[in-house]
Amino acid sequence: MTMDPIKIAILAMGGQGGGVLADWIVDMAEHAGWWAQTTSVPGVAQRTGATIYYVELLPEDAIKAAGRPPVLAMMPTPGDVDIVLAAELMEGGRAIQRGLVTPDRTTLISSLHRSYAINEKAAHGNGIADPNKVIEAGKQAARRFYCLDLQALADEARSVISASMFGALAGASVLPFSREDFENTIRRAGLGVDASLDAFSRGWRAAETAPPSPAPVDLQRPIPEVPLTAASPRTQRLLDEVRAQFPVQAQAMMVVGLRRTLDFQDLRYADQYLGHMRDIHQLDRQFGGEAKAWALTCAAARYVAVAMAYDDVIRVADLKTRGTRDDRVRMEVQAKADQLVYATEYMHPRLDEICGILPARMGRYIENSPKLHRLLNPLFRKGRFLKSGTLSGFLMLYALSGMRRFRRVTLRHQVESQSMAQWLKLVSDTAHHDYDLAVEVVNCRRLVKGYSDTHERGNSKYQRLGLAASQLLGRPDAASQLRVLREAALADTHGDKLDLLMRDIVASPT
Amino acid sequence: MAERSFKKEVQQLRIGAGEEFRGEGILAVTKALLQCGVGYVAGYQGSPISHLMDVLADAQEILDELGVHFEASASEATAAATLAASVMYPIRGAVTWKSTVGTNVASDALANLASGGVTGGALIVVGEDYGEGSSIMQERTHAFAMKSQIWLLDPRPNLESMVKAVEDGFQLSEASNTPVILQLRIRGCHVHGRFIAKDNKRPPLSLGQALDNPVRDTSRIVLPPASFQHEHEKIQARWPAAIKYIKENKLNELFDGEHGELGLILQGGLYNGVIRALQLLGLADTFGNSRIPLYVMNVTYPVVDDEIRSFCEHKKAVLLIEEGQPNYIEQNLNTILRQAGMDTALAGKDVLPLAGEYTTAVIRDGLQAFLSKHSPGLLHEVADAPAASKPLMKEQVVQFQRKPTVVPAPSPSLANVVPPRPAGFCTGCPERPIFAALTLAQDKLGEHHIACDIGCHLFSILPPFNLGATTMGYGLGASSAAAFNVPSSKRPISIMGDGGFWHNGLSSGIGNAVFNKYDGVIIIVDNYYSAATGGQDVLSSRARNATKSTNNPIEAAVRGVGVKWLRTLDRTYDVAKVQATIEEALTTPEKGPKVIIAQSECMLNKQRRTKPIFAQAVKSGKRAVKERFGVDPDVCTGDHACIRLSGCPSLSVKESEDPLKEDPIAYVDNTCVGCGNCGEVAHAAVLCPSFYRADIIHNPNRWDLLKAGMRRSVIGFLQRRRQTQLARQAL
Repeated sequence: MTMDPIKIAILAMGGQGGGVLADWIVDMAEHAGWWAQTTSVPGVAQRTGATIYYVELLPEDAIKAAGRPPVLAMMPTPGDVDIVLAAELMEGGRAIQRGLVTPDRTTLISSLHRSYAINEKAAHGNGIADPNKVIEAGKQAARRFYCLDLQALADEARSVISASMFGALAGASVLPFSREDFENTIRRAGLGVDASLDAFSRGWRAAETAPPSPAPVDLQRPIPEVPLTAASPRTQRLLDEVRAQFPVQAQAMMVVGLRRTLDFQDLRYADQYLGHMRDIHQLDRQFGGEAKAWALTCAAARYVAVAMAYDDVIRVADLKTRGTRDDRVRMEVQAKADQLVYATEYMHPRLDEICGILPARMGRYIENSPKLHRLLNPLFRKGRFLKSGTLSGFLMLYALSGMRRFRRVTLRHQVESQSMAQWLKLVSDTAHHDYDLAVEVVNCRRLVKGYSDTHERGNSKYQRLGLAASQLLGRPDAASQLRVLREAALADTHGDKLDLLMRDIVASPT
Repeated sequence: MAERSFKKEVQQLRIGAGEEFRGEGILAVTKALLQCGVGYVAGYQGSPISHLMDVLADAQEILDELGVHFEASASEATAAATLAASVMYPIRGAVTWKSTVGTNVASDALANLASGGVTGGALIVVGEDYGEGSSIMQERTHAFAMKSQIWLLDPRPNLESMVKAVEDGFQLSEASNTPVILQLRIRGCHVHGRFIAKDNKRPPLSLGQALDNPVRDTSRIVLPPASFQHEHEKIQARWPAAIKYIKENKLNELFDGEHGELGLILQGGLYNGVIRALQLLGLADTFGNSRIPLYVMNVTYPVVDDEIRSFCEHKKAVLLIEEGQPNYIEQNLNTILRQAGMDTALAGKDVLPLAGEYTTAVIRDGLQAFLSKHSPGLLHEVADAPAASKPLMKEQVVQFQRKPTVVPAPSPSLANVVPPRPAGFCTGCPERPIFAALTLAQDKLGEHHIACDIGCHLFSILPPFNLGATTMGYGLGASSAAAFNVPSSKRPISIMGDGGFWHNGLSSGIGNAVFNKYDGVIIIVDNYYSAATGGQDVLSSRARNATKSTNNPIEAAVRGVGVKWLRTLDRTYDVAKVQATIEEALTTPEKGPKVIIAQSECMLNKQRRTKPIFAQAVKSGKRAVKERFGVDPDVCTGDHACIRLSGCPSLSVKESEDPLKEDPIAYVDNTCVGCGNCGEVAHAAVLCPSFYRADIIHNPNRWDLLKAGMRRSVIGFLQRRRQTQLARQAL
């Protein structure tokens, strides 16, 4: 008979049902003749914050033998926890960080899924934490580490994660209770029993069949395949040229680039893309790209396509009226076959965007006329709600998307083409002096994205980086410094950090 | 309507003598109040005692049966003043709140109450919001007990001890004519345990009977000369009476141990932590048998000198384990030992941290430091003892004077990996758009001084909004900007919730602003509930409440105290309108306070209210439309500006399937409640056209289906046509 309590810590975020899970464990233990104590510090953590529930269990027999009730702890102590349940991967990481997981005794059962913290989501670029660092740490810190996507299992059962976690706890066989004990607890709770039991059994099976040590998450994004054949002889020609004339490293991205330019405009536009790429590749060959795995061509394969397929009103209207889009919306909102789904689009074109799709001269004229501006601006002050599933809404968007045939004469196209030409010239000029810096200049295009204000802010940062590139030219560390600046540009909205660093870096000669 | 329903738990309040109660600590205390024949209970909700209030609100029927009056007070000051009913009449009264914030608010009434003294037992149950999970300044209620001479109970954190403390508290209060504070720590409030119940008791004298036979005794009223008398009475009569009662009834507990030359003195609330720490050092077992004697102060004020002296007698050294600062008890003990001429060494904050929560690990380290100084042999002895004679323990005894080595530093380090998870607004929260609008208004008009308040809206201080400079206390948002009533190019902005407004903000904030011709902007966030404390009703709540008067609009109150510039926004999700209103308030030439009431129902409560109704309608085959939001992944460019202006938990990011996009794109997950904030923000901030609202029609009627069929045929034709064109040049 054990005289030591079993100690369980549950780490969860507000609203994840950590309290429910703790209550289930208590209820199960008490029904099985155990003494159970649980504590928590909900407080403001109820609202999306992280919190810990703590449970201790002791057999009643031991208490009878001792003749007095036990004195159980109110909080987990680092190094003194038998089971840690984490309702999310980073919460598992937090448990490890807090020292609650130790190799001599702790079974760590963590969900593999991620619920991103606000800082990860709000990052200007990619702020997502590396899951494999937690998995690696868990493997070292825990006696046994179960890392299972318990959220997905709960979703499959249309239940909640507390149920699949309860199942994983049962499947890990670390508590002296039978599967029936677990399942009866869910039945006693009496809410959504069938779905909970389904999620429970999925969690149970996942833990039961889990590998001794969790595998790392594959973070490699899938590389698109380079097809052998295209739909028409004219596109086949493009494909053949990519396969024959360009380095294999760049081919996949170039196929994506061709697809995007085709999708965005037409075959001639794709041809144009290929033309730009030919120039870049030539440059690459000239300045020793072969030794550097064709870094310049590879980087340009993406950003030339992004720059050419800029986001304008025509493009948005096109994307919003496709049949595949309707299907995707239905899937995303999990609509059943007998339900109808209508989308209302939130669009807020400003006068600038409208000028953008006018013929260049007309658009410019309006832009440069304060009087017209004053007259027309009020029309575009408010956002529009467009029902794309009704005939009027759809036809309007459809007609707008049909304007792609006039795209080449629009003001926006002229602006974008000029900007791209300048950028390509900067790349070319830079490559003549500093290959690595030229690659970085290509990558700086990453900043240009979004619509309206966002686009302007990104563009302004990109312009500053272009300036920095020309100022850095000639310095041995130019490429690495530009990379530092590019990362700084992603730190805040207006590029304050970028300005600060630019002053330092550009001013200080190395 | 409170956030949690306690209808089920309430039934446990009915159980009689001999039956076992199982549940949360705070529920046990509630049951104990009824067992003690309490005549009335009042209080103001707040973690960790919200449940006490919520349970009693749900237990109206049982209270009526027993003749117990229950009141949700307007503030802690109201609650404390309510205890005045026990001044003249032998009626037991209990009040409750979150401490120390609530005690601060209540202290005027408490001081008056303590001065005149009480006839009936007066118990103040405070939830000490201290340590991990706390949301308030870290201070001790102890100081209030000392300054007003109110007795302070800090029982061991198990249900039996807490229930006993309620009984002891009433009796001690009556024996010494002094109010008593029962201090419960967060974890104690939420601990699940058990105790054997007693029968509930009707109050021997009811409030009604007291009203029928009024009593008046001027010697109890705080006015000179009586008030001077009170001060002496406290020392000469009430204190000795309290000490006598505490000693005779053994409120403080002594646990012996074999090592009589040492001793531990501790606050009752720390008992479980101390036992676990002793266990970890091999000096105690699971059942509380300790090798070192313990003196457990279930009464932490007043200190019983005799008991301290007799415990310390013949001891080489004692360790006082006293959480929080200043070290009031340690100072007191030093005086006692010094005056008695005893040479027992007293350790305390020399081996334990001066400030901060005393977690098990902290106590363990402190004990180790104490023992290594005063009885190093003990640590060795335990380590060397043969296994059979050692108390059962899992952990190895740690090396002398060394930090425990059981926790290996995880490698690779997670310090820069695991993200912080600050509390934030719930999915669909109607307060989020207010702060999005405020952010946009500031983008346009520049940064302003923003004074915040207590309530959910305080999350605006945290990411992603990062708005607000100060928070001075509940309902004090407007008053905390009072100094800035000076000419400037920018007006100060202050925030106040409906909970804080009715708590005191109407007079301390709005009334003050009107009176002093304040020229700033005051935003009142009205979400229909006291949401942060668990969704309790307030005066302006829209719900019908059988026992309360609701539906008293804030607008009328604000006008009533003389505000002229007032805008009421009845849909906070209209970000553009909120923004325009804020901008107008900041720039209008009109003088005097500019008050904006921004109102929309707390989404947590709304969902709880409407979800079952919706589900029922769908189930019964009725046509019903559900809204939720989505992001077109091919339109989203992964800039995340929408997230920086929203922070909604259901608005997240995911890896883009488009190889051309490097950064993760936004997406709305299935927890979306369709509030519309993200779309409105995208509109107001002119972000991007990737947001859409999906209206999902459940059980469409024939007209719906007819329309859908017609639309489908036209739209489908055009879509197929375009698809064919695209496919022709596919790659």
